[in-house]
Amino acid sequence: MGLLNKLDDPYDGGGIILGKVEELLNWGRSKSDWYLHFGLACCAIEFMAMNASHFDFMRFGTIPRTSPRQADFIMVTGTVTFKMADRIKVLYEQMAEPKYVISVGSCSNCGGPYWEHGYHVLKGVDKIIPVDVYIPGCPPRPEAFEEGMMKLQEKISHQAIFNKRKRLGIE
Amino acid sequence: MLPNEIFEKLRSVYSDQIIELIENHPSDSFITVNASALFEICHSLRDEAFFMFDYLMSLTGMDLGENLGVVYHLYSMQLKHKIVIKAFVPKEQPKVPSVERIWRTADWHEREAYDLIGVNFEGHHNLIRILLPYDWEGYPLRKDYTAPEMYHGMKVS
Amino acid sequence: MSEKKRLDLEYSQLDSDRMRLNVGPQHPSTHGVLRLEVEIDGEIVTEVIPHLGYLHRSFEKHCEKMTYPQIIPYIDRMDYISAMNNEWPYVMALEKMLDIKVPEKVEYIRVIVAELNRIANHQIAVATFGLDAGAFTPFLFFFRDREYIIWILEKLSGARLLYNYFRVGGLAGDTYPSFKEECLNVIEKVRKTNAEVMDLLIYNRIFIQRTANVGILTPEVAVNYACSGPVLRGSGLRYDLRKDEPYSIYDRFDFEVPVGKGEVGFVGDCWDRNIVRMQEMEQSCRIIEQALAQMPETGDVKANVPKRIKPPKGEVYMRTENPKGDLGFYIVSNGTDKPERLKARGTSFVNLSVIPEISKGYMFADLILILGSIDIVLGEVDR
Ligand code: SF4
Repeated sequence: MGLLNKLDDPYDGGGIILGKVEELLNWGRSKSDWYLHFGLACCAIEFMAMNASHFDFMRFGTIPRTSPRQADFIMVTGTVTFKMADRIKVLYEQMAEPKYVISVGSCSNCGGPYWEHGYHVLKGVDKIIPVDVYIPGCPPRPEAFEEGMMKLQEKISHQAIFNKRKRLGIE
Repeated sequence: MLPNEIFEKLRSVYSDQIIELIENHPSDSFITVNASALFEICHSLRDEAFFMFDYLMSLTGMDLGENLGVVYHLYSMQLKHKIVIKAFVPKEQPKVPSVERIWRTADWHEREAYDLIGVNFEGHHNLIRILLPYDWEGYPLRKDYTAPEMYHGMKVS
Repeated sequence: MSEKKRLDLEYSQLDSDRMRLNVGPQHPSTHGVLRLEVEIDGEIVTEVIPHLGYLHRSFEKHCEKMTYPQIIPYIDRMDYISAMNNEWPYVMALEKMLDIKVPEKVEYIRVIVAELNRIANHQIAVATFGLDAGAFTPFLFFFRDREYIIWILEKLSGARLLYNYFRVGGLAGDTYPSFKEECLNVIEKVRKTNAEVMDLLIYNRIFIQRTANVGILTPEVAVNYACSGPVLRGSGLRYDLRKDEPYSIYDRFDFEVPVGKGEVGFVGDCWDRNIVRMQEMEQSCRIIEQALAQMPETGDVKANVPKRIKPPKGEVYMRTENPKGDLGFYIVSNGTDKPERLKARGTSFVNLSVIPEISKGYMFADLILILGSIDIVLGEVDR
């Protein structure tokens, strides 16, 4: 976000930032996202590799939480079945606002390979919870996870916090 | 022991309960038996010294149109031989004796066959659905199955 | 409705000091979406009821609707940690039905990739088992090494996890020029890490105290529940399809079948199952070395296979030794290009069914270890 670059600004020898509080808050929010890992299938294994030494997902400031109440976003990795769908909904509802959803893999995007004859597969997790970022792939490569995470950070850092309704033209 | 020897041995004890042996290379040979005597046959297959089939590799339910079939793949750890046993039951009354008390592994296999095909295993201690939700309707692996439109307010297809 | 009724918990029957606890389906250490309903008396587990099906993806229905080659990707997605091994019994069954002789080089490449994948699988198994016991470092070590294996498999097949590399009568592609050196490099790395993990985790006193004498599975129970793979061998039975019923070209290699010996406790405890996996990795390394030395330099990677695969009427049950145990495919063909019925005998499905039997009477924290030592993959349990 380049917030720190502003420290070079020549007011009184530097060290002062002039900016919006909103930007500061969003900067903080986007760089420290805690997530609830909802590992369901093959994509979760790729996500485990993503978490391990080679790719180091934590460099995005993400910390895995096991409780939805402490999580900023939920990562749905894998095939959502009907037996599981209710549980996802419950966990999503337990998360505190503001909350985000990343849907990982073709399965949770749209049903993936199981879209046609999968009588027990929910064709896309967006049928039950709102999704912010879709990561395509079956399974997505670790680079795709990185891209997806960066997209989420971008989204968070451009969000309106104050006077939201007015600025978005709702009234 | 080869399949035909097993067949002869079984025939000598159970006579007409053992229906036929079908050998058709390269397919596996199998023995068809009467479903009503299945439990006793399996029992002797496990316990007789010349059979010793102590390892149930797999138990499959099948939809054959008019009939439902149950297929048992047996293996003997000690004697290292194999055999396939089949039994057929009519679709309206798909009753097969449970072999869960002979091989404990059959417990979940039978529940799966009940869940997906709808074979009714008599004598099973807890024959409920295993993979699908407990309130699912129908048996998905039957050939004439059509998936429901909605499940708990979610569209199925 | 009667089903539902039977499921309702009879709380009145519970003793006042008993408690029912629900583990999963979304729980960090259930290795996937498994739900265990546990009845505990204080800290002691008195009953475990597994509930499956949270990843039931209609595999067998798909098989009936797809042509034979189209099924291979779905088979990858069953046991997604060892996808190469999964494809093997399936293509072997079809080759048996169609009476195809596979070229020599293909057999060798198949053995090599399957053993590489076996190592990768055992690495994940031991790593997550270590996580369950509270050791995080082996996880990082193993995932670092697994990445090198994955790179080899990726160069061969183009995918990192689900390869779709085996074809009926051959493979999707040939090896690449530096294949041999890279395999040998990886083996070296695997051996080095395994030696470290042996010190760090396996013979660690805390680890031994947590896992020895926990979850004892006797050979009789294991056979009756039709367990296989490291779970069965951990109980001291020397049963490995690669030796007992050598398929493909496994009779050409010199390797041993490690079994649990009860080194630190009773035979068949969690520690035994785990050490079997560690030793199997070493044996896999040996097989790969021999296969690399014997592999012919040139040769076809595809046999003469008809364009449309239509096996004759009949049925075949084929099984191979998967990293988790023996995986079987029962294929019934009706003479068309789609199978009449395809049943997968999921290894994890069968191995998991022993959980209620072996976890009674142990501490609740041990239950997680017992589950980890069985090494299940839910994609295969639920299919
Ligand atoms: S998208 Fe592909 S890799 Fe991911 S869960 Fe679905 S089938 Fe598995």
